[in-house]
Amino acid sequence: MIDSREFLKGNEALAYGALRTGLNAYFGYPITPSSEIPETLAAEYGRSAYPEFKAFLQAASEIEAINLAIGAAAAGAKVMTATSGPGFSLKQEGISYAAAMELPILIVDVNRAGPGLGNLGPEQTDYFQATRGGGHGGYRTIVLAPGSVPEMALFPSLGFELGFRYRTPVVILADAFLGQLKEDLVFPPVAAPAFDTAWATTGARGDERHVLSSIHLEFVDQSRHSEHLREKYAEIERAEPRSSEVATDDAEVVIVAYGICARLARKAVRELRGRSVRAGLLRPVTLWPFPSQRLRELVGRGVRNLLVFELNSGQMVDDVRLAAGGRARVESFGRLGGLLPTATEVASAVEAMLR
Amino acid sequence: MSAAEIRYETTLGALPTLTGKPTHYCAGCEHGTLTRLIAAALDDLGVRERTVMVSSVGCSVLAHEYINVDAVQAPHGRAPAVLTGLKRMLPDRLVFSVQGDGDAVSIGLLELLYAANRGEPITIFLVNNAIYGMTGGQMAPTTPAGMVTTTTPHGRDIAQTGRPIDAARLVASLEGPAYVKRVFLPVRPTASPDLYNARGALEGERAVRNAFEVQQRGGFAFVEFVSTCNINWKMSILESKRYAAEVLAPLYPEGLYRDRFGVEAR
Repeated sequence: MIDSREFLKGNEALAYGALRTGLNAYFGYPITPSSEIPETLAAEYGRSAYPEFKAFLQAASEIEAINLAIGAAAAGAKVMTATSGPGFSLKQEGISYAAAMELPILIVDVNRAGPGLGNLGPEQTDYFQATRGGGHGGYRTIVLAPGSVPEMALFPSLGFELGFRYRTPVVILADAFLGQLKEDLVFPPVAAPAFDTAWATTGARGDERHVLSSIHLEFVDQSRHSEHLREKYAEIERAEPRSSEVATDDAEVVIVAYGICARLARKAVRELRGRSVRAGLLRPVTLWPFPSQRLRELVGRGVRNLLVFELNSGQMVDDVRLAAGGRARVESFGRLGGLLPTATEVASAVEAMLR
Repeated sequence: MSAAEIRYETTLGALPTLTGKPTHYCAGCEHGTLTRLIAAALDDLGVRERTVMVSSVGCSVLAHEYINVDAVQAPHGRAPAVLTGLKRMLPDRLVFSVQGDGDAVSIGLLELLYAANRGEPITIFLVNNAIYGMTGGQMAPTTPAGMVTTTTPHGRDIAQTGRPIDAARLVASLEGPAYVKRVFLPVRPTASPDLYNARGALEGERAVRNAFEVQQRGGFAFVEFVSTCNINWKMSILESKRYAAEVLAPLYPEGLYRDRFGVEAR
């Protein structure tokens, strides 16, 4: 049990945030730098503080974990699994099935560095995998990008709300820095909303029964289902993009950054303003749906330079270029391997772009 | 013997827990038999509205089209994990899956063994027909040495591919399961060329009921049904029954490998 005011790691805050929004089940496999999430939940499992937390199980593999989550989600439960890159890859098959069967599962990826085993430092290299539907067959997942420890605590609640509203898997894409960073936070009051789960498979009611299946052997049936998913994704793209901004009102150059990069970019904007550079920050909070409309508005208002700062070799920059539609200069700036630039280096990259 | 035959005949016809939809199973396949045994058992237990099945990948992928209960589909091999997730959230519901040998013993062996080892109160029926049926007759983990399949065109070479896996004994090697049984489901040839013995279906009926009862008592139940696949074995139906009796029955002997609650004794 925790107080409403705490000093916690991002991973711990996320675990408590999930518990305080009525998490029913957690299934996962240990992987650094996400392991404080299952460790925190294991410590709280079975305690009276969270009576709705009915299942915690360390799975035999990432693959078993996501499929345990599929079963619990089919029963209408609020279920979460957490991992880091290599495990996120292993879960993709299950996420594809969950998207096809329209199951709200919360999947946390605490992004570590590099392809393969890489290292335990922060990167944002799982952007494509998270935002494009990393598994087979064409689907999307809502992707939330927290930017602080308090947001690590808040986003499970938002994730379940969106997941159940649209009946779709939701990814919280954090990074090793946010997972391990310790900060002060104040939790909102405990609130465990009940969502509509009339679709769940809990047993037939007379002639009415529910079948959650991803197989549609008749082409016209598969076409109908895929079109339904497409319409759902279009609705999410219309209604759910979220972003926040710093000093964009009069900006001639805007840094686009999410997660830990947005914090560094905020400081860079202060430094630049101190040198009379009219810089601003656009921080996507949802990576899918991407806040393309807001970016277009900024470009329409006269922002001619966009510096996309991310801990990869250029992934979100593709979305920024698409949104800008050729009407602004778009450049990519990043670091790889677990390293972070200083705010001053980010500011220098902006100035170099303007020269 | 005759009493048992009559009991079997009384279950012919429509059942509340069958949708009535004609199955896609090939003539001579035991999947259809098992579908009926499961539906009959659920009807007898009166639990249709308290049951959730998990469809696996393979020939049983459309089992929910025929068995009239709530259903979730699992990715290939993952049915035991999906069943576990369901059961942990719905401990008072009956959950089960029909898996094939490729699904349960090859791609999904980890999920099967871990659910078994934890003794999850779930029920798994394995249809072991020694071949991949749905994908068109490739080698399975249970394919006997020397058997010709589309991926072992010169016969299964165990020096290259390992020996066939005995699923029932593998599961029973763990302490977790409460009930492990293997049943020979196909009709057996007899001394008379026109007479076949259907005792397997009666044994199967008993095993299905027992497996559900074990779950209701909180135990993990696993029943392996030795079966045929005449289409992919490239035999006539009757040849496949003979092959099953001569080759599969000795390789996968019928047996009760675990019965913690003594359900077989009644």
